Amino acid sequence: MTEPVYIAGVGMTPFDRHQTVTSRELFGQAAREAFADADLPPDVVEEVFVGNFMGEVGENQGHMGPMLAKAAGVTAPATRVESACASSGVAVRHGVNRIRHGADAVLVGGTERMTHLSTPDATAGLAGAADALWEVNAGLTFPGAYALMANAYFDAYGGDREDLAHIAVKNHEHALPNDLAQFQQGIDVTDVLEAPTVSEPFGLYDCSPISDGGSAALLVSESFIEEHGLDPTVAITGTGQGTDHLSLAERASLTETPAARRAAEAAYDDAGIGPDAIDVAEVHDCFTIAEALALEALGLYEPGEALGAARQGETHRSGRLPTNLSGGLKAKGHPVGATGGAQISELTKLLRGDHVNSDAIPDATTGVTHNAGGTVASAVVHVLEVVT
Amino acid sequence: MTETAVHDGYDDFLDAVEAGEPYYLEGPDGNGWLPPRAVNPETGDDDLEPQPLPETGTIETTTTTHVGTPSFADDTPYVVAVVAFGPVRVTGQVRDRDPGAVDHGMTVSLAVDRTETTGERILVFEPV
Repeated sequence: MTEPVYIAGVGMTPFDRHQTVTSRELFGQAAREAFADADLPPDVVEEVFVGNFMGEVGENQGHMGPMLAKAAGVTAPATRVESACASSGVAVRHGVNRIRHGADAVLVGGTERMTHLSTPDATAGLAGAADALWEVNAGLTFPGAYALMANAYFDAYGGDREDLAHIAVKNHEHALPNDLAQFQQGIDVTDVLEAPTVSEPFGLYDCSPISDGGSAALLVSESFIEEHGLDPTVAITGTGQGTDHLSLAERASLTETPAARRAAEAAYDDAGIGPDAIDVAEVHDCFTIAEALALEALGLYEPGEALGAARQGETHRSGRLPTNLSGGLKAKGHPVGATGGAQISELTKLLRGDHVNSDAIPDATTGVTHNAGGTVASAVVHVLEVVT
Repeated sequence: MTETAVHDGYDDFLDAVEAGEPYYLEGPDGNGWLPPRAVNPETGDDDLEPQPLPETGTIETTTTTHVGTPSFADDTPYVVAVVAFGPVRVTGQVRDRDPGAVDHGMTVSLAVDRTETTGERILVFEPV
């Protein structure tokens, strides 16, 4: 096991419709919260990695690394990381690796502004995460791609729309008390089943919303906490990343996500644990089926067995494996480039005990984040553990 | 990129489908890939050889899309399918069949059609 990378502070904006707020300000707000949470000034930062997916589409803005660093009040080498919806998860991973290679303090996170776009334009922007030649040219949308996987999953293992609906209902319930969540409203299975159809079998409530938001975390080394007399509660002890074909059709399987499985295996190996050690999970439920696919890739369920987990209450806050206590992408919101960083922020608070839903996991010591890009052509997994 | 941009490999493939001579690239392991591919994506070896695509394929999964991108706004609802032609899967739209009557396992052939919205070429599957 390698040296832990300590999480000195975290921050995120509410995920919501911030139509007039620029992505730079969203990240700046999240970063300021992370500095305040850590009680450290911006000038401790030695490097910055920030995730963003569609700045060119949404704001006609490229070259975002330095812009976002300055929005955080930081003058340090800064790099934007783009890996679709896994952008800021990968940014976190870059930060972890940078600390392990000698840096003492690295600012990571992500930002995305989307709600000022029309739904068709946002849909077109998100489709950029798919294969432009072989999928987008065929009319495949992002919901459509996951819908292809859901229908293949139904064929292989059984299950139906009602199983998916329970995932949405559960995550909306988890988001109810979370003031950072976009949807603090309960829904029931009938609401999900009767919502307008997007791409069969998905209705509107099977899909994460279009959101704006920023996220940040200040990662520090062991020597840094000793030098500054810090006593952080949570550290990242494992990191893993996986890659697969961009086009779903070229994958070995339409019902599994091998990139996430490889990322999980690497992260567990890095942390020196197995999936049986996981007490709580924040996973990439961009669509309801995605939560089931994630739990299976993480080794928390066998293939074909996670679809019914929400329906059976196992992933509910009262169940054996509380999943997406933040509300997940489904109800917390999904400003794509900020999502992976927000998972780190929310899981850190959950494990520290200062999240509104921490009472669901009073004895939890180990959690996992799963952040996916596209139809999981990119995946990044982190293990977080209570270290004090 | 302009409206007249040509994508080597992709447009060559559509031309070949229209000419009735679709092909794929096969590696020594029997895996098949759509062009453009200079190397085998699983091994990195430049050992791919063009092979004729089977005339019919089998639908593996579908979805009927009701909310499309702006480029397909006038095409909705439409059925997207992933179809296996031997060792190669192709993503396209199912034509000439009511969306409710498209079944997984159905045998289809590959063709090129135009979209309603933009008139761009698109790969389509026709039940046989």
